[in-house]
Amino acid sequence: MAYTEEELKKELETKEYEYGFYTDIESETFPVGLNEDIVVAISKKKEEPEWMTQWRLEAYRVWKEMEEPEWANVQYSKPDFQAISYYSAPNSKPKYDSLDEVDPELLDTFKRLGISLDEQKKLAGVAVDIVMDSVSVATTFKKTLAEKGIIFCSISEAIKEHPELVKKYIGSIVPQKDNFYAALNSAVFSDGSFCYIPKGVRCPMELSTYFRINQAGTGQFERTLVIADEGSYVSYLEGCTAPSRDENQLHAAVVELIALDDAEIKYSTVQNWFPGGKDGVGGVFNFVTKRGLCEKNAKISWTQVETGSAVTWKYPSCVLKGDNSIGEFYSIAVTNNYQQADTGTKMIHLGKNTRSTIISKGISAGKSQNSYRGLVQVNSRAKNARNFSQCDSLLMGNDCGAHTFPYIEVKNKTAQIEHEATTSKIGEDQIFYCNQRGIDTEKAIALIVNGFSKEVLNKLPMEFAVEAQKLLEISLEGSVG
Amino acid sequence: MLKINDLHARVEDKDILKGINLEVNAGEVHAIMGPNGSGKSTLASVIAGKEEFEVTQGSVVLDGEDLEDEAPEDRAHKGIFLSFQYPVEIPGVSVTNFMKTAINESRKARGLEEMPAKEMLKLIREKSEMLEIDRKFLSRSLNEGFSGGEKKRNEIFQMAMLEPRLAILDETDSGLDIDALRIVANGVNKLKSKDNAVVVITHYQRLLEYIVPDFVHVLHNGKIVKSGGKELALELEEKGYDWIKNEAVV
Repeated sequence: MAYTEEELKKELETKEYEYGFYTDIESETFPVGLNEDIVVAISKKKEEPEWMTQWRLEAYRVWKEMEEPEWANVQYSKPDFQAISYYSAPNSKPKYDSLDEVDPELLDTFKRLGISLDEQKKLAGVAVDIVMDSVSVATTFKKTLAEKGIIFCSISEAIKEHPELVKKYIGSIVPQKDNFYAALNSAVFSDGSFCYIPKGVRCPMELSTYFRINQAGTGQFERTLVIADEGSYVSYLEGCTAPSRDENQLHAAVVELIALDDAEIKYSTVQNWFPGGKDGVGGVFNFVTKRGLCEKNAKISWTQVETGSAVTWKYPSCVLKGDNSIGEFYSIAVTNNYQQADTGTKMIHLGKNTRSTIISKGISAGKSQNSYRGLVQVNSRAKNARNFSQCDSLLMGNDCGAHTFPYIEVKNKTAQIEHEATTSKIGEDQIFYCNQRGIDTEKAIALIVNGFSKEVLNKLPMEFAVEAQKLLEISLEGSVG
Repeated sequence: MLKINDLHARVEDKDILKGINLEVNAGEVHAIMGPNGSGKSTLASVIAGKEEFEVTQGSVVLDGEDLEDEAPEDRAHKGIFLSFQYPVEIPGVSVTNFMKTAINESRKARGLEEMPAKEMLKLIREKSEMLEIDRKFLSRSLNEGFSGGEKKRNEIFQMAMLEPRLAILDETDSGLDIDALRIVANGVNKLKSKDNAVVVITHYQRLLEYIVPDFVHVLHNGKIVKSGGKELALELEEKGYDWIKNEAVV
């Protein structure tokens, strides 16, 4: 018999989160709660210079006065920020020179995730800086990069080794007081990645980092800073999975990109945090601030595949400050069960002849809610600015929702803005057509969803595209109604 | 090959098929004709296993095996192919990619390895030439923006690729101009062999000038009310369906 709606629902419900396991590694965890002492303690723990400690404290003081935003189209019980432990680091220190020295259990975790370092090393020139519960535990390919003058290390290390760069750029695109979560992150960020590409250098490999939340009850506050100096190019890959837990986990990352004159940054994300159970219990709260600055002739391209998290609040944006600069945003957001996503972008056109492209693909299944929220702003000096936006929604079943909130603010008459939007539903007729050709329902959904997402998947680096396709299939298995 | 016994089927409490009996042997071409609403397309869908139709009585048997519990994809793996009256669009999925998936799924079901890319390309070239299909067409999204004729030709292309044992062509002639009709019919004729069978569902006699049936059945009000040779189609064309309707009443 072919699938009935009931059978499909049942199958979907019994589909466990694939990466739901927990690694038992000794860690050092701070007591719960947040106050100035904790902020100072985090800074001390990381052996930071005084200016950094002060910077964190400024952020904390701003945050204390701020309110959690409520404008997004999501509903959740707000986290108790005093019930979270703000620092947790794996005990196995110092860093390792080779894999042999790494805790075997940790290695096993990576193996179960299908991202063994060995494989990673063999992959076409991918350097991996792995963030396991906030502290980088291994860095590879550093040498090759160093020869080109590329700096790719943890943000903690950068604060110590390259304070002049960090001091100059951290908070320059996402200031401490930017928003509630960015302020919180600025105060308590535990680690993250730092990348600097010198003038005229083309980074010879894709840079990638895997983020994971591992410790029960610890939030993860990543801070990433990527600086592409004049005429340089870098492609940065970020992907993450998280073990399943009952209580909600908070993830409030900040990513800042700086593309100086003629530079290009391509930033790709595959996000697969624990989405919560089929009944809507648990799951990660993903409140992320990502923003990039383009100087003259520079280009920043954000590509994201968002399949995880119970609640997503994320708007990777571009400030097109320099003349002729280009901003791009390609996104696939999948929500299933009780997931909620409010995601999109902001394209701020400041310079002349600036161009931006937005392609957003939202896929909703189960009882989920999926919102696109985007702002295209053309300032008065931005002559001949152009934007093209396309927002497509695909619905599966009758209990989910797709929403589009496009905001357009234009203060220059020469601007050209285009916005296209479509909503479609995977129909029984499409499924039957595939079935009749010998393609079973699951494969049919995968085929249809991949077709729908193709324009964005094509923007991902090869090895990521494959992983992303798999994720789409896993996230939506059996979810047609 | 195919044996339909006293088949009754309904959709949403409405009885549509009311006792169909039909036997199709390998090497034969059968035409099923009938007025609108007589149940022609329903019969095709029921043979293919579409869920929304409920079989209330009787059976569809393929090579001695009752298909009642078989999912549509399993029926496809067993060699049943349906050329749709209204082929659906699947944006972003190219004709080539769709065919590759379909062929490999069928091979998997038969315990075969995936078809090597080289062989696949060769097959695609061969079949597209046979149906005079421009290869650019094959990289377009499945049925998206296709004209009526292109959609139908694409259905027959898929049939050629999948080489079914039993092909059911549901109103394949509708929306085709005379040239396209000839190409499609030639394709079907080339695919005919002593090992497979074709069931042509059509409203008009026109297609049967090109695909000559061994048997013609007239469906009316969910039943086959008359069967005969190819001359029956001509008679129908001449006298119209009212003749059958009246006869059925008598």
